[in-house]
Amino acid sequence: MAEKKKTWKEIPIGGKIIEAGNAEKYNTGSWRTFRPEKNEKKCINCLFCWIYCPDSSIKVEDGKMIGFDYEHCKGCGICAAICPVKCIDMKKEVK
Amino acid sequence: MAMIEIRWHGRGGQGAKTASQFLGEAALDTGKYIQSFPEYGPERAGAPMKAFNRISEEPIYIHSSVTNPEIVVVIDPTLVIAIDVIGGLGDDGVLLVNTDKSPEDIRKATGFKKGKVGTVDATKIALETLKLPMPNMPMLGALLKVNSLVTIDQLSERVRGKFLKKIGEEKTNANLEGIKRAYNEVKIG
Amino acid sequence: MSKKIPLTGDQAVAYAMKQIEPDVVAAYPITPQTEIVMNFSSYVANGQISTELIPVESEHSAMSACVGAAAAGARTMTATSANGLALMWEIVYIAASTRLPIVMPVVNRALSGPINIHCDHSDTMGCRDSGWIQIYCENAQEVYENTILAIRIAEHKKILLPVMVCQDGFITSHAVEGVELFDDKKVKDFIGEYKIDNPLLDVDNPVTYGPLDLQDYYFEHKRQQGEAMKNALTVIPDVSKDFEKTFGTKYDFIEEYKLNDAEIAIVALSSTAGTVKFVVDELRAKGIKAGLLRPRIFRPFPKEKITKALKNIKAVAILDRSESFSAEGGPLYTDIKAALYDSGVKPLVSNYIYGLGGRDIFPADINKVYADLQDVVKAGKVKTALNYLGSRE
Repeated sequence: MAEKKKTWKEIPIGGKIIEAGNAEKYNTGSWRTFRPEKNEKKCINCLFCWIYCPDSSIKVEDGKMIGFDYEHCKGCGICAAICPVKCIDMKKEVK
Repeated sequence: MAMIEIRWHGRGGQGAKTASQFLGEAALDTGKYIQSFPEYGPERAGAPMKAFNRISEEPIYIHSSVTNPEIVVVIDPTLVIAIDVIGGLGDDGVLLVNTDKSPEDIRKATGFKKGKVGTVDATKIALETLKLPMPNMPMLGALLKVNSLVTIDQLSERVRGKFLKKIGEEKTNANLEGIKRAYNEVKIG
Repeated sequence: MSKKIPLTGDQAVAYAMKQIEPDVVAAYPITPQTEIVMNFSSYVANGQISTELIPVESEHSAMSACVGAAAAGARTMTATSANGLALMWEIVYIAASTRLPIVMPVVNRALSGPINIHCDHSDTMGCRDSGWIQIYCENAQEVYENTILAIRIAEHKKILLPVMVCQDGFITSHAVEGVELFDDKKVKDFIGEYKIDNPLLDVDNPVTYGPLDLQDYYFEHKRQQGEAMKNALTVIPDVSKDFEKTFGTKYDFIEEYKLNDAEIAIVALSSTAGTVKFVVDELRAKGIKAGLLRPRIFRPFPKEKITKALKNIKAVAILDRSESFSAEGGPLYTDIKAALYDSGVKPLVSNYIYGLGGRDIFPADINKVYADLQDVVKAGKVKTALNYLGSRE
């Protein structure tokens, strides 16, 4: 993330953020040292992980947990800790 | 006309500020430059207070309180001996007092030797006309007798404009009557 | 020219606010500003204007509500004095740094303690570094006109900073003077419609106001604020020219009174400058070359104008109606002295702290200062730089 920062002439005045939702561009996925991985067979789609994830990084479709948003998942491990059937493992990140 | 400075002495609640304001406003109506302002302290009914006027043909720059008035108006008789009402009043100044005493008595009481002294029983006039002990409007009438800053009619028009909606026709007329009576009854000596 | 009507300084401000008819006013009454809020409230209550008046529970809330309203896209005003200003302090800075063009008449009053309700400039001088533009007015007419002028200054695209329009508590706020009022429509046309970029209520283009701003960008936002203040130095003359064309009154950063050929001069703000003019006239009649310099706008600080005006003056006394407690003199004094440092203009400068807590300043006091200045010229040096005028020694 060696992005060149803007000068005072290039940013909106007053500390305003005028581009809605631009936090999405912040790739917090790069912070991970452990990554969550799911054992498809064990998952019961209770969605506890979706509720507890502090970074909204659990992907859900049609009421089913379908995976992780690795762009934003920081690897905190809360999903793995909260999972009632222990279907999420925290694996060492390989970079 | 050079700038005229007036100092009003009254007690909180007697209407010295209102009198100074009405005079200023009436003079403004005639195209003069004016200031009207009280000396604000802790505002307490009955406490001695002062109000001031400046009236001039030229723009008024000065923003201090008045220390060397041409005219001093004392609305409350007891103030004559309670405080130094003639402080800064020049030898050709005018001292105007609401009292049942004579100008000579006032000269003796205040030690004001030169200039003019005017006396009028404004409280009595107010009680007879307005049925209230509010001597401020009669004192305005007496003031116009010693210095025709504005005419009685100009003042009356301003007073009518200020009072009519607030206190009604009857009381407004009583005030105007009080102004006229004091104008006619003031004794100059 | 319309007829003059009798108004106090506070009533004149309230009337200007009525004519401006802001979208939102959030205010809390405090002596000696109370009459502004009182009169303005009655205009709203009587249905004469459609401003949303928010009677808040404190000044902290007043300025907070103003920040919210201004960010939402509303033309917003408030008014305060002394301890009220102190209570809104935190949000005063936020209004400026969020670049919200709020206009706030301030009726100058001594900041407690000891508690006092009368005039000095300790309240607004205390927040001279808050990022607000500050205008100091001499009389009721000027405070009326500058409240209107301030709207255009605050909302100018190159400025977008809040403005304080200051007048002296009781001395002008509660004194009745003749004030000439402008036509409603002329005022409306002059101030125009309020439009800012990125209002919060534009739901089709959502924006965030007031996010955390740390080491990476905070400095750049402050740099922008500094630039806006610099812009104000070049933009205010344009807006003032437009004001003069519309209403007839010419306003500059400073007012010079008989300064052209003066040898000795006093620098003073607000109503005291009037009293100084009165004394200058008396001294001139005696052949003494006395003059006055009155800075009207203190923030941004009009350095060039001030140093140029003092170019040929031999001795200058700078009057401060507040103590900065630097032990080196008041805020007007230290700023002007700093401005003179690299200007090549080197008059003999002294400072007089005066009028604290409403202590009256009389022509006799001003005369004493001019007499001191004559001594300074004769001696060729300043004997006492820091003086207390009117304090019992």
